[in-house]
Amino acid sequence: MATRESRTLARIMMAPSVIVLLIWMIVPLVLTLWFSFQNYNLLNPITSFAGLLNYQFFVTDPAFLQSIGNTLLLVGGVLLITVVGGILLALLLDQPIFGQGIVRILVISPFFIMPPVAALIWKNMLMHPGYGIFARIAETFGFQPVDWFAQFPLFSIILIVAWQWLPFATLILLTALQSLSEEQKEAAEMDGANALRRFIYIVLPHLARAITVVILIQTIFLLGIFAEVLVTTNGGPGYNSTNLAFLVYRTALLSFDVGGASAGGVIAVILANIVAIFLMRAVGRNLDA
Amino acid sequence: MGSITLEHVHKSFGGHPVIPDASLQIEDGEFVVFVGPSGCGKSTLLRLIAGLEDTTSGIIRLDGEDVTDQGPASRGLAMVFQSYALYPHMTVRQNIGFPLKMANTDKATAERKVADAARVLNLTDYLDRKPRELSGGQRQRVAIGRAIVRQPKAFLFDEPLSNLDAALRVNMRIEITELHQQLKTTMVYVTHDQVEAMTMADKIVVLNAGRIEQVGSPMELYRNPANKFVAGFIGSPRMNFLEGPAADKYRAATIGVRPEHMRISRESGEWAGRVGVAEHLGSDTFFHIHVDGAGMQTVRTEGEKDFAPGDPVWLSPDPSHIYRFDQSGLALR
Amino acid sequence: MARQVSTRRKLAFTALAWIVALILFFPILWTILTSFKTEQEAIASPPMIIPSWTIENYIEVQIRSDYFRHFFNSVWISVGSTLIALLIAIPSAWAMAFTPTPRTKDVLMWMLSTKMMPAVGVLVPMYLIFRDTGALDTVWGLTIVLTLINLPIVIWMLYTYFREIPVDILEAARMDGAILWKELVYVLVPMAVPGIASTLLLNVILAWNEAFWTINLTASKAAPLTAFISSFSSPQGLFWAKLSAASTLAIAPILVLGWLSQKQLVRGLTFGAVK
Repeated sequence: MATRESRTLARIMMAPSVIVLLIWMIVPLVLTLWFSFQNYNLLNPITSFAGLLNYQFFVTDPAFLQSIGNTLLLVGGVLLITVVGGILLALLLDQPIFGQGIVRILVISPFFIMPPVAALIWKNMLMHPGYGIFARIAETFGFQPVDWFAQFPLFSIILIVAWQWLPFATLILLTALQSLSEEQKEAAEMDGANALRRFIYIVLPHLARAITVVILIQTIFLLGIFAEVLVTTNGGPGYNSTNLAFLVYRTALLSFDVGGASAGGVIAVILANIVAIFLMRAVGRNLDA
Repeated sequence: MGSITLEHVHKSFGGHPVIPDASLQIEDGEFVVFVGPSGCGKSTLLRLIAGLEDTTSGIIRLDGEDVTDQGPASRGLAMVFQSYALYPHMTVRQNIGFPLKMANTDKATAERKVADAARVLNLTDYLDRKPRELSGGQRQRVAIGRAIVRQPKAFLFDEPLSNLDAALRVNMRIEITELHQQLKTTMVYVTHDQVEAMTMADKIVVLNAGRIEQVGSPMELYRNPANKFVAGFIGSPRMNFLEGPAADKYRAATIGVRPEHMRISRESGEWAGRVGVAEHLGSDTFFHIHVDGAGMQTVRTEGEKDFAPGDPVWLSPDPSHIYRFDQSGLALR
Repeated sequence: MARQVSTRRKLAFTALAWIVALILFFPILWTILTSFKTEQEAIASPPMIIPSWTIENYIEVQIRSDYFRHFFNSVWISVGSTLIALLIAIPSAWAMAFTPTPRTKDVLMWMLSTKMMPAVGVLVPMYLIFRDTGALDTVWGLTIVLTLINLPIVIWMLYTYFREIPVDILEAARMDGAILWKELVYVLVPMAVPGIASTLLLNVILAWNEAFWTINLTASKAAPLTAFISSFSSPQGLFWAKLSAASTLAIAPILVLGWLSQKQLVRGLTFGAVK
């Protein structure tokens, strides 16, 4: 609803953002695709056409399957902890409590910690087998301290990432919870539903949409987890905690294999796009509302 | 000065015609009301005059000058919106003064004009408040004040009273009418409420599905509706329509009788029926009668009458006030 | 009507909530406490809870590794990229919010989709482009990249805020004789200030904590705090107190900004899908 003049103006106003994002989307992606079909190593000045060789090498590398598995475990593990934990925590924070504001601030804080700091705090001060708090607690109770990053490298990373993302899930679920009308809950109570049934039949369906959003948005970010791996285990021991993002980084900037890394990048893009399609649908539906 | 002329104005949104072809002449100083059911295109027509929408084809003239391609800022019109559209971050004083600021009016003149407008509208005590601290009626006045200070060629009102409660609406209706008598500036007023149209207008434009059904003074439309739609829309309670044998007798496809022209009797009459719901308003009573073979009809009687629900009654029309319509709904004269 | 809740019930929930909250906050609290300990105190057994409140570590971090250079790199990159993004995004979001066309929704979705592209997917070409244009290890290079990756979020956030401003008010300004720039300056921007401010806040936070491009595209000169802290990853002697000091400095400003923006956080991070 507007005039021709204002529509023309609107196009001009949008132009910079559209052009910039168009370039940002197309140029690097096309280059990645191009490199993925080349024999191109930064240590070797001669490049040549490789066909699908890069893909073949990357996919048949035993590290590849392991990294895919690790990526899925990492994403799945963190999602499980944050969604279940987030629902419980949101339900708790939705209760009338003293000092609600401060509790809320304490709970969301981990989300604002930059990934390298989060990872280093956990690595050194909590999970360190010699001096970490966990080790101290274990000693107090007479247990053998666990060497987290040597024995359970992937699980340790899952724990750290889950700590960072639990606040996000909690906050979103809490917001959704608070938008549930009191009347609806009271109506269910009048209908004779007990607390558990009210949760299952009223609260959970109301949260469904928020849970979907949490899962999808987190997945996008979790697929690209990088700094936590870099500063804690460096992908090891062996490839035990290498995810796809870290494998691509390793191929590119440690082995200087541009072709191989690009092939890995293309695979990562495809994976992310599958998730993205679902996310876009969920968010897009909301646009009409 | 403020005459407005529409010549074959056509507007479509994405290929869907909203106003197929509208031509209309509004004289300087007239109070014109666009009335019609929601979605009839009356607001679109007003926004076309304002310049907030552009015409797909056709010409809009202000005082004879073609302004079709001019933007809203340069047409010299003022508009009062249904939501009042006050600037929430400005005080009442700044709100009313905003058009003057946009026109680069010098400070002293602007202050005087704002003060004058505030006095006329009883807003002097509220000049330093923000819109959210005002009642609905006061907000409405601020919106009008903002329109007045521009000294526009014409005022455009887009359902300005629909967000007010019933009592306030009656007051504001009178205030706006008085304002018009004072300023003698052209006013174009959009409403879906035929009571507002009847009470305020010099000239009513009845719209339906984007078409101008009839243009005329309130009493002209009441007495001589051009078609069934206008007949049904103007007047309250709504006109009764009868078809079939009842209409055949008058050589028409449909006949219309206003509730105030229908007589009710226990003894005899033209159509037999039974009393349904009675609405007692004190001065008047409306009876809804189930007429055999012609559905529900409404009768308006003065004072109190003691017909009880279920009573058998007779209805008969005032023969000098029967409206006849042909198959396509046009009035037969 | 809110019901009266028994005090005992409230106390029970309060205790539980505080325990959970303190456990979640503990790593941060511990880092802050450790930063005021000596290195010996930091690894003492049993752990020392109350530090000796030395600020030695903070001084040390600054002297040994020029901490504030990294700090200001972070400031420039996060604030700079956010401001540039706002400059590009405000007109764009204004156009889409107030002059929607049938394709507006598609454009918005497409913009969001650029955010879905995993960084590793384009790491190689970006690295090579940066190397060949001399953008590697520069503040301006990183600023550009962070502008690009956060631009879709900035546009989306602004768009959702702008959409809450009634079109009527902008039209009223037009009727009152305001030409475009006056409409933007006198009416739109003042009404949108809260929305613009929270967009700014959230994006500074996101840019400050971005830890893929900042680590991979810098060496030492332009390294912001993310890259600087990452360099502590190799274990080297007793350095926890100093690591804690560096970490505390890196997270403190953003923690405060985060607390300030928490109300708007949900909406920004879910692109308006949860309010």
